[in-house]
Amino acid sequence: MSLLRVRGLKVAYGGIHAVRGIDFEVGSGELVCLIGANGAGKSSALKGIMGLVRAQGDVHFGDASLRRLPTDAIVARGMALVPEGRGIFGRLTVAENLDMGAYCRRDREGIRADLARVYALFPRLHERRAQLGGTLSGGEQQMLAIARALMARPRLLLLDEPSMGLAPLMVAKIYETIAAIAAEGVTLLLVEQNAHLALKVSQRAYVMESGVITLHGPAAQLACDAQVRSAYLGE
Amino acid sequence: MRTALDALRARPRLAFALLAALLVALPFLVGAGLGNSWVRVLDFVLLYILLALGLNIVVGYAGLLDLGFIAFYAIGAYVYALLASPHFGLHLPFWAILPISMALAGLFGVLLGTPTLRLRGDYLAIVTLGFHEIIRIFLNNLNAPYNLTNGPQGINLIDPITIGGHALSRPLELFGVTVPSTYLYYYVFLAFTLLVMAVAIRLQDSRLGRAWAALREDEVAAAAMGINTRNVKLLAFAMGATFAGLAGGLFASFQGFVSPESFSLWESFLVLCMIVLGGMGHIPGVILGAALLTVIPEALRYLGDLQRATLGHVVLDPADLRMLLFGIALVIMMIYRPAGLIPSRQRKRELTARDGVAEQEQASLYDAKA
Repeated sequence: MSLLRVRGLKVAYGGIHAVRGIDFEVGSGELVCLIGANGAGKSSALKGIMGLVRAQGDVHFGDASLRRLPTDAIVARGMALVPEGRGIFGRLTVAENLDMGAYCRRDREGIRADLARVYALFPRLHERRAQLGGTLSGGEQQMLAIARALMARPRLLLLDEPSMGLAPLMVAKIYETIAAIAAEGVTLLLVEQNAHLALKVSQRAYVMESGVITLHGPAAQLACDAQVRSAYLGE
Repeated sequence: MRTALDALRARPRLAFALLAALLVALPFLVGAGLGNSWVRVLDFVLLYILLALGLNIVVGYAGLLDLGFIAFYAIGAYVYALLASPHFGLHLPFWAILPISMALAGLFGVLLGTPTLRLRGDYLAIVTLGFHEIIRIFLNNLNAPYNLTNGPQGINLIDPITIGGHALSRPLELFGVTVPSTYLYYYVFLAFTLLVMAVAIRLQDSRLGRAWAALREDEVAAAAMGINTRNVKLLAFAMGATFAGLAGGLFASFQGFVSPESFSLWESFLVLCMIVLGGMGHIPGVILGAALLTVIPEALRYLGDLQRATLGHVVLDPADLRMLLFGIALVIMMIYRPAGLIPSRQRKRELTARDGVAEQEQASLYDAKA
């Protein structure tokens, strides 16, 4: 039973077709990645699923169609996005940022428990909780963006380029965390240019090129694929 | 001074009582010390505080740059004028009109908000500027074919606010004391200002207030948090406009006369300057800004008298000087106190916390290594 099922998703900006009808699935409890070069349409696909841009096609989440639903309704159904470029609320504190993550929720007890959980996952955020989001380092901001999305207690977490613009050491740290979140049982869809890292943590992968999916399969298998190796792993 | 303040802080109830007594006695103190014309200035201070609190919701809370805010003030004022003057022969009581003023201004807020949902920053500013001019030009020209607004002549003989059978335009005899009209309006305006202030404070800490803050910081991320950005934006426009509509209604009854001239673009800029100067998004700052920018231009009028007394004639017209000083003051402010005279908690933190960033960047790299 797949948690997310995408059929014929198309996203266009004016005359430019960023996503040209893609099909993919994310099973419950899976970590799936969507890899591809810059401009392949990966982020547009995520935005289309979340209702942040106008998209055509059929997106099923759980057992319901998300067709024509506004973003807030999609979030309320249990999908959370860590946006590209992190989207930290710069002039709110770390704690306030996390609080915003739980905007859709009313269960105070649950929110408190999840706050403790994300602070345990990211002790640095706990240290910095009274600090403004905008004053954090890039890596800390990425942690905050992930933690904030987790505060919605999502059934499916979408991550858009979590390694972007970070020092290699920080990227490794972020990926450790992503693996830890997946181990907790959260379903993840990861969009990433850094194919090497993404394939390492994922179970399955889709390769996107100029708005279409060209390859898909188990991540370990794709990591050995000659085509992928030459195009995305620099070999 | 400091110890006196600390002593008051330790006794909030006493501080509250003293503040209340001061607010009640203020028109009498001002009237006795500076003359009755200054009580009128005091009334305008309260009207501008109402306006600034309204604009603060749009610009300070939600981060939507609105340069046409006075259009809503004009709508509120004209609604009052049309429903309580000989123009249409209608004389509804103020408590019936003010809600209509507020509702109509709020509706126009939504009308302005709807087509501008996708605009931000400069583009939004330009559209709101245009909206202001559209309203002003309509008011100026809607005297034909059907005379709705009486054109540039404006509408006069607007009914004063009447409470308990007493029209506030006439002085009130109370226990042998004569309370002039401007004093009476002061108390009415004060009541409304306190009410609006309470609403503004509650809004800031509400779920909606948090949604506005997120919207101001990052619209895409706000949407990803599950905030209905469309509704939240429209609510900001509508609520800000509602406050302006209230202020407009009070203004019309107080002046007894409205014309398009009272609602120039300059007024919109002035209110924006008030919140920028005082501290955007922060209620005490906004109040201080409104008070200063209303009182200072009035005080500058004395410069004319001063020149006449010392030089025999007026060399520099205080009205011109006013603009000059205004400009200089704003430039100085932007250089030395960019977050305003009383910045909000968030802005203050932002300005003091910045130094630590490089250090943390280092620290977090070490952590990653470990």
